[in-house]
Amino acid sequence: MAQFNYLNEINSLATMDGPITRGPLQRWAKKSNSENINPLSTSFKNHSNINLSSCNQSMQKLSISANQSCNNSVISTNKTPTRNDNKKGKKTPSKNKSPGRSTTPTPNKASKTPNKADRFIPSRSNSNYDLCHYMMSRDDDRNEDSAPQSAAGEAIGRALTDTEPGRLLQYTCKAPAAPEGYQNRLRVVYSQAKVPSSVKNTTRYIPQAPDRILDAPDILDDYYLNLVDWSASNILAVALGNSVYLWNAGTGQIEQLCTLEGSETVCSVQWVQGGGSHLAVGTSAATVELWDCEKIKRLRVMDGHTGRVGSLAWNMYIVSSGARDGNIVHHDVRQRDHAVATIHAHTQEICGLKWSPDGKCLASGGNDNLLNIWPIAQGQHYSQTQHLYSFNQHLAAVKGLAWCPWSAGILASGGGTADRTIRIWNIKTGANINTVDTKSQVCSIVWSTHYKELISGHGYANNQLVIWKYPVMSRVAELNGHMARVLHLALSPDGTTVLSAGADETLRLWKCFMLDPSKKKEPTDSKAAKSLLNMNSLIR
Amino acid sequence: MSQQQTKNCITLRGSAQIICEYLKFAINSVLFQRGLYPPQTFKAEQQYGITLLISEDAQIKSFLTNLLTQSEEWILNKKVSKLSLIIINVANKEVLECWDFNVQYEEGDAALSKEKNETVGSKDLKKIQHEIRDVMLQVAATISYLPFLDCRCSFDVLVHAKTDCDIPDKWAEAKPVEIANAQNVQLKTFSTSLHKMETVVSYKLVD
Repeated sequence: MAQFNYLNEINSLATMDGPITRGPLQRWAKKSNSENINPLSTSFKNHSNINLSSCNQSMQKLSISANQSCNNSVISTNKTPTRNDNKKGKKTPSKNKSPGRSTTPTPNKASKTPNKADRFIPSRSNSNYDLCHYMMSRDDDRNEDSAPQSAAGEAIGRALTDTEPGRLLQYTCKAPAAPEGYQNRLRVVYSQAKVPSSVKNTTRYIPQAPDRILDAPDILDDYYLNLVDWSASNILAVALGNSVYLWNAGTGQIEQLCTLEGSETVCSVQWVQGGGSHLAVGTSAATVELWDCEKIKRLRVMDGHTGRVGSLAWNMYIVSSGARDGNIVHHDVRQRDHAVATIHAHTQEICGLKWSPDGKCLASGGNDNLLNIWPIAQGQHYSQTQHLYSFNQHLAAVKGLAWCPWSAGILASGGGTADRTIRIWNIKTGANINTVDTKSQVCSIVWSTHYKELISGHGYANNQLVIWKYPVMSRVAELNGHMARVLHLALSPDGTTVLSAGADETLRLWKCFMLDPSKKKEPTDSKAAKSLLNMNSLIR
Repeated sequence: MSQQQTKNCITLRGSAQIICEYLKFAINSVLFQRGLYPPQTFKAEQQYGITLLISEDAQIKSFLTNLLTQSEEWILNKKVSKLSLIIINVANKEVLECWDFNVQYEEGDAALSKEKNETVGSKDLKKIQHEIRDVMLQVAATISYLPFLDCRCSFDVLVHAKTDCDIPDKWAEAKPVEIANAQNVQLKTFSTSLHKMETVVSYKLVD
């Protein structure tokens, strides 16, 4: 134990951070004169061995002297006196830290042990002192060399950063701040997060891939338009550029209904309620055209707007149109003077317009971020000019609008890029029942008629469709596949299939609301429609 | 653009013009990339072989034109050491971000200067534009690490000039700005051989 103590002591003292006057230093000097290294290191080892053995012999003495002051001349009897002197000089201060011990010269070695016990003891034999010292001394040299350089660097740095001698000037005619109410569009980039899909297991199977994909060349990538509608008689109307096409979902037949002249484009299509063959078409020429799709014949053209007609909604014989001028015009399609009412509904373009299933309320959403609810006029089928509610909770254009088919007065609305929320409203009370942040632009919303669910189409970043459980608004499923944002959604008349129109110029049919075959609740006509849907005349 | 003569000769004025053109595009790029102003107020323009966006807002345009014509004059006379584009929160006037454009003055081509009897550089214009393009691409890439500016913002440009620089009309002294808990990122440097431009962005580190 005692000799280990001493060995430790030697080791800890012989660290190279102090000036060593003899032995090694001279060898370094020699080394720098490019002498061979190997013999030097061996000689060093030998030397230390000798040193150790000699020290072991005089162990008793040394430990005593260590406890005394370094003036004790006993040390000089050692074989390497200068070196020991050196050690003593370094050791004394550490001893002085525990004054009680240093003042009482107890020769008891055991009393020293706790002092040393927690000290880090490097293994001397493993240390390459030659190399260490060489590295250290070399570093020193370099530092000296680079000193003037760093000084120069500092001066440059000061010159760069120090603005003291200069003046700081500004142009007094300032640039304007961002417009009031403007929101940084990059919010989407920064806050886009992978939303964990709901872990809640649904009992039914939802196919993750579209049932079929149809081409929709030249479909306008415009958020504010409504270019797809699926009639109760199972005919899908799609506006592609300046033309309207009818796709019979039962037979797969395609018919071109009309093509607008010049550079005009179709901005909205809407089927009359109840499976009739009449289609209202809103155009960029600010007109609403009424078409008979059986005879492929235009019945009438109705004006009344000053901007393109991006949204249409039917209520019995009234077709309501919302346009870029912010007005809603109610057209009575039976009368010669068709415009029965005009409402200054929004300050900006109207992009969402829906009559409630009972025909009592009209919901309109605009680019002015407002969602307005218009009650029906007494004894008429068009709305009053004074809104019932005007909701300003959305932070972006309100396009996705859908009335709950099974619960009266429940409305779902979705906001654009800066908003990204779906809000559920109770129009009877005016309450915002639920709000869910979808993390993505909401382009369209459709309620399921079979399940207590709704489906929404989204834009950046995943361009997905999301099925939500109502009323908890938990995610049931996500349907990916579109390469660009999902602009429009339409539900098949049998309620089993959702059609999504994407800006990637495809229409995709998703059989996400299929009824469970074991329940046998499926009506026969929808079965027929479904089997006809499988005909693949239009698969890309 | 710089006046190019027989052997890639860039005059002092030409170099200052290159610098100011860079500043114009860099400032506009920052305004666009950081989403300070609505993107529809910007117009795409081909420059340095890439598409850059320039603000169409009349007030911003006139501000930058006035600023840069004056700065060009100062750079020509070696009066400016740095231009700082600061992004300010309109609500509380807090400085959120600072883009420093450090101008250093270089000697140019000594031999050619002697020949022409004025200070000229001989760096290839293509090469300069290539270097500027690299910086521009870096500016565009900064949104990947810069924090989101979630407020209504405005910007201002502070000119660090020499003491002997006289203050022209409509200019005033400004107070130095400070960003709390700032993080600095140095972008690439380019040189016209007469002027060296160093771009540094400092932003408030939020954790």
